[in-house]
Amino acid sequence: MQELPKAEHRSVRVTPNGKNRVVIEKDLSSEEMILNMGPQHPSTHGVLRLECKTDGEVVVEAEPYLGYLHRCFEKHAEMVDYPGIVPFVDRMDYLAAMNSEFAYCIAVEKLLDIEIPRRVEFLRVIVAELNRIASHLVAIGTYAIDLGAFTPFLFCFRDREHIMSLLEWASGARMLYNYIWIGGASYDFPKGMQKRIDEFVTYFRPKALELQRLLTENEIFVKRTKGIGMMPADVAVNYGWSGPMLRGSGVEWDLRRNDPYSIYPELDFKVCVPDGKHSEIGDSLSRHLVRAYEMEESLNIIEQCLDKMPAAEEGFNPRAAIPKRIRPKAGEVYGRAENPRGELGFYIVSDGKSTKPVRCKARSSCFVNLSAMKEMSMGQLIPDLVAIIGSIDIVLGEVDR
Amino acid sequence: MMLSNHFPIPMSMSLNSWSDALSQWHLFGLPLGLVVIAAIPLVFIALYALTYGVYGERKISAFMQDRLGPMEVGKWGILQTLADILKLLQKEDIVNTNADKFLFVIGPGILFVGSFMAFAVLPFGPAFIGADLNVGLFYAIGIVALEVVGILAAGWGSNNKWALYGAIRSVAQIVSYEIPAAIAILCGAMMAGTLSMQQFSILQQGEYGFLHFFLFQNPIAWLPFLIYFIASLAETNRAPFDIPEAESELVAGYFTEYSGMKFAVIFLAEYGSMFMVSAIISVVFLGGWSSPLPNIGSFALNDWTTGPVWGAAWIVLKGFFFIFLQMWLRWTLPRLRVDQLMYVCWKVLTPFAFVAFVLTAVWEIYMK
Amino acid sequence: MEETPQVKELSGEARAAAAAYEIISEKFGDAITPLDANPTMPFFEVTDAERWLEIALFMRDNPHLRFTYLACLSGMDYPDEGKLGIVCNLESLGEHDHRLAVKVRCDRDNAVIPTVARVWKTAEWHEREAYDMYGITFSNHPDLRRILCPEDWEGWPLRKDYKVQESYHGIQVPY
Repeated sequence: MQELPKAEHRSVRVTPNGKNRVVIEKDLSSEEMILNMGPQHPSTHGVLRLECKTDGEVVVEAEPYLGYLHRCFEKHAEMVDYPGIVPFVDRMDYLAAMNSEFAYCIAVEKLLDIEIPRRVEFLRVIVAELNRIASHLVAIGTYAIDLGAFTPFLFCFRDREHIMSLLEWASGARMLYNYIWIGGASYDFPKGMQKRIDEFVTYFRPKALELQRLLTENEIFVKRTKGIGMMPADVAVNYGWSGPMLRGSGVEWDLRRNDPYSIYPELDFKVCVPDGKHSEIGDSLSRHLVRAYEMEESLNIIEQCLDKMPAAEEGFNPRAAIPKRIRPKAGEVYGRAENPRGELGFYIVSDGKSTKPVRCKARSSCFVNLSAMKEMSMGQLIPDLVAIIGSIDIVLGEVDR
Repeated sequence: MMLSNHFPIPMSMSLNSWSDALSQWHLFGLPLGLVVIAAIPLVFIALYALTYGVYGERKISAFMQDRLGPMEVGKWGILQTLADILKLLQKEDIVNTNADKFLFVIGPGILFVGSFMAFAVLPFGPAFIGADLNVGLFYAIGIVALEVVGILAAGWGSNNKWALYGAIRSVAQIVSYEIPAAIAILCGAMMAGTLSMQQFSILQQGEYGFLHFFLFQNPIAWLPFLIYFIASLAETNRAPFDIPEAESELVAGYFTEYSGMKFAVIFLAEYGSMFMVSAIISVVFLGGWSSPLPNIGSFALNDWTTGPVWGAAWIVLKGFFFIFLQMWLRWTLPRLRVDQLMYVCWKVLTPFAFVAFVLTAVWEIYMK
Repeated sequence: MEETPQVKELSGEARAAAAAYEIISEKFGDAITPLDANPTMPFFEVTDAERWLEIALFMRDNPHLRFTYLACLSGMDYPDEGKLGIVCNLESLGEHDHRLAVKVRCDRDNAVIPTVARVWKTAEWHEREAYDMYGITFSNHPDLRRILCPEDWEGWPLRKDYKVQESYHGIQVPY
């Protein structure tokens, strides 16, 4: 792969369906207009600023400006002890808080080298997968509303309400849970929770199908997303993409399968990769389809967990394995997990003496996925820009940390 | 076509009797009657937009989306629109410092005027029409083009790139879609042999009720009907053609910078246009103020439901039905992109409109 | 970071990392340290920072290594030694089954490290963040400017000796 020329010397024009990209070299001509999709904008999913240079309706370049939601997570992490970082981690990717906590706890547990009780492992996986479904519902709903279909958004949120109630029952909070702790979980499932989750799974299966059909069988939706925002597989890997974005480009890579953690090796689920029949591999529609199918796979995982989960004996305490003082030995680790948006990794350095980390870097999936925005948006029309951002499914809390 | 051949008129009121009577009414030498004629459709637009327009849209969309909609203000939220209007009335009128003040202020005005002027030729029943022009249909289609000037003025005068984008897209869309719309309506005019709106309704009046409607008189009439319906969605900037006001891209398109009463005027203009195109399509294809009920033996339903007041009710009901369809489509379909929109207009609707035109002409000349 | 004595049995992961290290050290043995094969994150350090770009290209393009995926590039502060550095977690995604970490250090006062933004495009933003937080300048970076802090922020926030500025555009910063 050769080095690519600098972005500012390239200007690309495309035919509307995204194919036949033609590279034309030109400087900033007098007809180009700088348009600011400002920090406050209905469709940038948070406080993201996109500065677009447009030539009529064609975007010559769209550069993201970040930092509007930067809350200094990494600096806080150096001042707070290991268990205290868990609520901070929640607030990074607030739509998938359980998964984020999971990633962090896995990283620290690698340093501590402790064994988690089996039932707690199942608890963790069930809430993580429920949160994955909730997060994908938001992604699909907001993607639809960006494209002008107002109704699927409300259907998605109606179903997400059920998940929020379940998670509230388990952890006490609807969105920022502080449930998965280092070495265990904060509470066991209440009595009757398994039955309720089972009911939800039965209720949601046909709804997931209905959602798919409402959008993917809709001619206008397909026309708006097919062939838009193409990203070939090797460029995607080079950009550090992961999760549904990478799978949408055809790469079969899922951390739950390729770098497994917790009890995922025992579970049977498919890694969703588009087959190119409904969409072109690497376009926005593929990424959307991956998320839609992943929701079904999460339902399968939850069902298997409910079957295999060991029953709670008398006096089971999910906090039993948590050490009194979490003081890992000196060392460093890069622990990661599969978030709904990609790979959330934590690079944690411990000096063996204190209860606070020396360094806790959060490698956030959205930050990396968004870095390809400039290249993907070249030569697209402005409405397509909205379609591309929606398909990246960013959460600014994670981008800016 | 003699009127008395076709239907007995209860209450012994002849065609355009109410509007003729009103136009003769003078008070202190001032033609107050003409003012009343102009005011009646205005009051109608205001009332319908308040009740059915805003409240109906919110409730209908709510039920389609599995939620309740406005419920707080008044029983079932009926007074919600009143509350909204009161709020809008007492808002501060903000005009940007760098905005072109003249264009900014007259933009909504021209928009509303263009939309409202077409109401002059809408027949609200056999006895009332603002102006019974014998080129009524031509006038109705033509005067809508005035809206384009208003949109451009609003978009440019806002001094906002997003508003400008919305305005330009809207202008391109309206101007392009006028062509298939006009050709489709011409098919209807061919079937009638006249351009007068009252004559359309009279010709579709008969004892078999809805079977006299032009939609059912001609095996090809469904095609111009469909084409005009789709084109009218684009004319009024409704989804799936609502790129100019695409909420998630351009915030609110050409009326981003408007607040308070000016915003209310633009909104009123949009609902007015919605009713106008619904009324045009009802008049041309679905009988206007004629009753759809047939005379079945001794149940002379058609005769019973015909008359000045019944006529007004029928055209309003038919208009409302199409407005319901427009709302339904808005909440179901995503929006088309600008180039796809243009593609649909020029490469799909216009050729089919021409085909419909030719086939209708063939039917009229040779088959009738 | 001194390590406890190495475990006799290396896991499959550690073996793969060691094998990959072998290939790199054959070519660049003089510019890198021996592999620190700790169980949580095996890494080696590049002692000659000037050759970092070369090593990175080799790691990406060599058919036996194919480290195509840069998972994370973190800035790091070593206050005791007066150095700054970066830690890169590399992986061969889908081709070989090895992952390895690389560290590169530089002085605190003249913190310059060659950029690898042209090797792994993801590094562009990660390096911008390292610059923003630590003040490490990446030579030949296509677009080195602050990414999370405002453009005119003073100081390098994640350094251990960072003192927050008194005011920013008239807003009092420390509470």
